[in-house]
Amino acid sequence: MDSATLIGMVSIFTAGITMGIGSIGSALGEGRAVAQAMTAISQQPDESGTISRTLFVGLAIIESVAIYCLVVSMILLFANPFWSHFTTR
Amino acid sequence: MEILKIGEITPDAVILWQAGWIKLNVTILYTWITMAALTILSWLATRRISSGRSFGQWQNFLEAVVETISGQIRDIANEQPGKYIAFIGTLFLFIAFSNFFMELPGYVPPTSSLSTTAGLAICVFFAVPVYGIANEGFLSYLKQYTKPTPLMLPFNIMGEFTRTLALAVRLFGNIMSETKIAAILLAVIPFFFPVIMQALGLLIGMIQAFIFTVLAMIYIASAERVGTEERQANEK
Repeated sequence: MDSATLIGMVSIFTAGITMGIGSIGSALGEGRAVAQAMTAISQQPDESGTISRTLFVGLAIIESVAIYCLVVSMILLFANPFWSHFTTR
Repeated sequence: MEILKIGEITPDAVILWQAGWIKLNVTILYTWITMAALTILSWLATRRISSGRSFGQWQNFLEAVVETISGQIRDIANEQPGKYIAFIGTLFLFIAFSNFFMELPGYVPPTSSLSTTAGLAICVFFAVPVYGIANEGFLSYLKQYTKPTPLMLPFNIMGEFTRTLALAVRLFGNIMSETKIAAILLAVIPFFFPVIMQALGLLIGMIQAFIFTVLAMIYIASAERVGTEERQANEK
């Protein structure tokens, strides 16, 4: 196995694993946040504007970890610097 | 036809025209197109502006937009939106329109490039001390970095940089992945499913524009709230 094959294999595997493990935490966190916001809206429907704005901002912050993982795996799949170093040589 | 190939994750790499060291890439071109669209639309809408009882539908639309933005600012900052609306409103309109035009074929949203989003995030990074010093004065602005205890000083300074990075990468990641997912699905399931993803992309684009703006406003407001609360505590 030459190094280009090895890099390709490891990159694809790591991209999948990054996405898989990286999204667990924010999926759980987002589910919990939405559930709590639903409870809050059903208890106080008058405050739904404030609650949903805070919910969106909170979701964006929780989600950003998963987005970092997405960016890393996108870079590994589409713009891999190690791969292009070996293939353009 | 396809400007951005599927293997390229940033439109910065596609150079349309080059003279010496001046390069015109796709990001700059589409930023200009978005700016021109916004300017022409605003010019057309405000050309025959009237304060009377009869006004055009475009004026009505723009008034609704401005009223919504200033209402949101008033809710978050608990003060009059006058001095924020130029900055915050421009951020929102630029991001929202460039995400909205993503649905047009052949349009590459400038927010799908990390350099555009980093530029917008750096604007927010500098706007926070500018508004903070203008409202609080230089020393009391600097004092809020030592706020709970002086031990937190390095973490507060670090947080200032990491939240700028987070702001840039969040917008870039969402919009870039949306354009990529549309292209990948087009290759896998060509006919119906990409339409649904485009509709979802419209929603994601609007939510991301909203979130970017609200976070920028929260960062600016939180730099001022510390001083305001302290003054209120002293008056009691």
